[in-house]
Amino acid sequence: MEAVAVTRIPPFERFYEERKDEVFGYLARVLGRETAEDAFQETFLRALRGYPRLEHGRHLRAWIFTIATRVALDERRRAVRHVEPVEVAVADERPAYAELDHLAGELPPTERAAVVLRYGYDLSYDDIGAALGSSAEAARQAASSGVRRLRRRSSP
Amino acid sequence: MNVSTDLDNRFRDAAAESGLLDVAYELTDSPIGTLLVAASERGLCLISFDPEPDREAEGLARAFGARVLRSPRPVDEARRELDEYFAGRRREFDLPVDLTPVPTFQREVLAELVRVPYGSLETYGGLAARVGRPRAARAVGGALHRNPVPIVVPCHRVVGASGSLTGYGGGLERKEWLLAAEGALLR
Repeated sequence: MEAVAVTRIPPFERFYEERKDEVFGYLARVLGRETAEDAFQETFLRALRGYPRLEHGRHLRAWIFTIATRVALDERRRAVRHVEPVEVAVADERPAYAELDHLAGELPPTERAAVVLRYGYDLSYDDIGAALGSSAEAARQAASSGVRRLRRRSSP
Repeated sequence: MNVSTDLDNRFRDAAAESGLLDVAYELTDSPIGTLLVAASERGLCLISFDPEPDREAEGLARAFGARVLRSPRPVDEARRELDEYFAGRRREFDLPVDLTPVPTFQREVLAELVRVPYGSLETYGGLAARVGRPRAARAVGGALHRNPVPIVVPCHRVVGASGSLTGYGGGLERKEWLLAAEGALLR
């Protein structure tokens, strides 16, 4: 019975409260703070729409990051004519990632999402692949190519 | 990075407006303590004394669906009417009530109970007779004890045959307060 209780779908309120800050942080990194506000609403509205179709409460974190990534990629595609490096001001406790953070705005959207999800939010490549609508291997390649690109740009 | 209060409120409003919520709820202050007030699309579905929102949200999710969110707008009207009631400016509530998860017998009892007017009393036996089950006073008591929308469905107006207050889901002190405020009891 214990296992059933652990994986039961929680009331949306609890899920939202647990995830809202990190999802907003992720969207702000990928899109910039201003655009992130609209994307945040859209992400959780899509989650509300999909919530009744969930069969259990496992993987909810990866699920909401998948939705957020798709919203962010949609947003980036829409804004592609106005792509500019985004100002990112984030207090980050992840030093390895923080070194790259200010540059991530210059990456192509998919690489950027892969880098941020992997190094900012510690999602598995399986989950990142699902978020990007591709495979774990493609996600690994996107993250790795993003990191290489960032290293090239950050080297003097 | 924390979501600002403004963005949080905007999402909660947008969620309510989207029509995607199974239940919206909010906390509200009253002279008899904080109440949690919840509504589905069909109407008011919970008023809870001494609420523990996380626990109440679990119960609401089981009864109505998992899309339960704290969002004030859908319960604004109920909170306004409750404020008026507590201020002595309202004697009847004009709120649809959603008793979907309530078993049939209990629903019949609660439907009959709303006919007991402000400031008057009924007995458990009297209410049992009114629903055609004159010997079911005890079952009526059980049905009232589990009333999901007290105050609006006024189970506080039901007392024992001797006139004793007997019991109340929200505690006898609250029952006494409500009856006194309605002028049904001397304070």
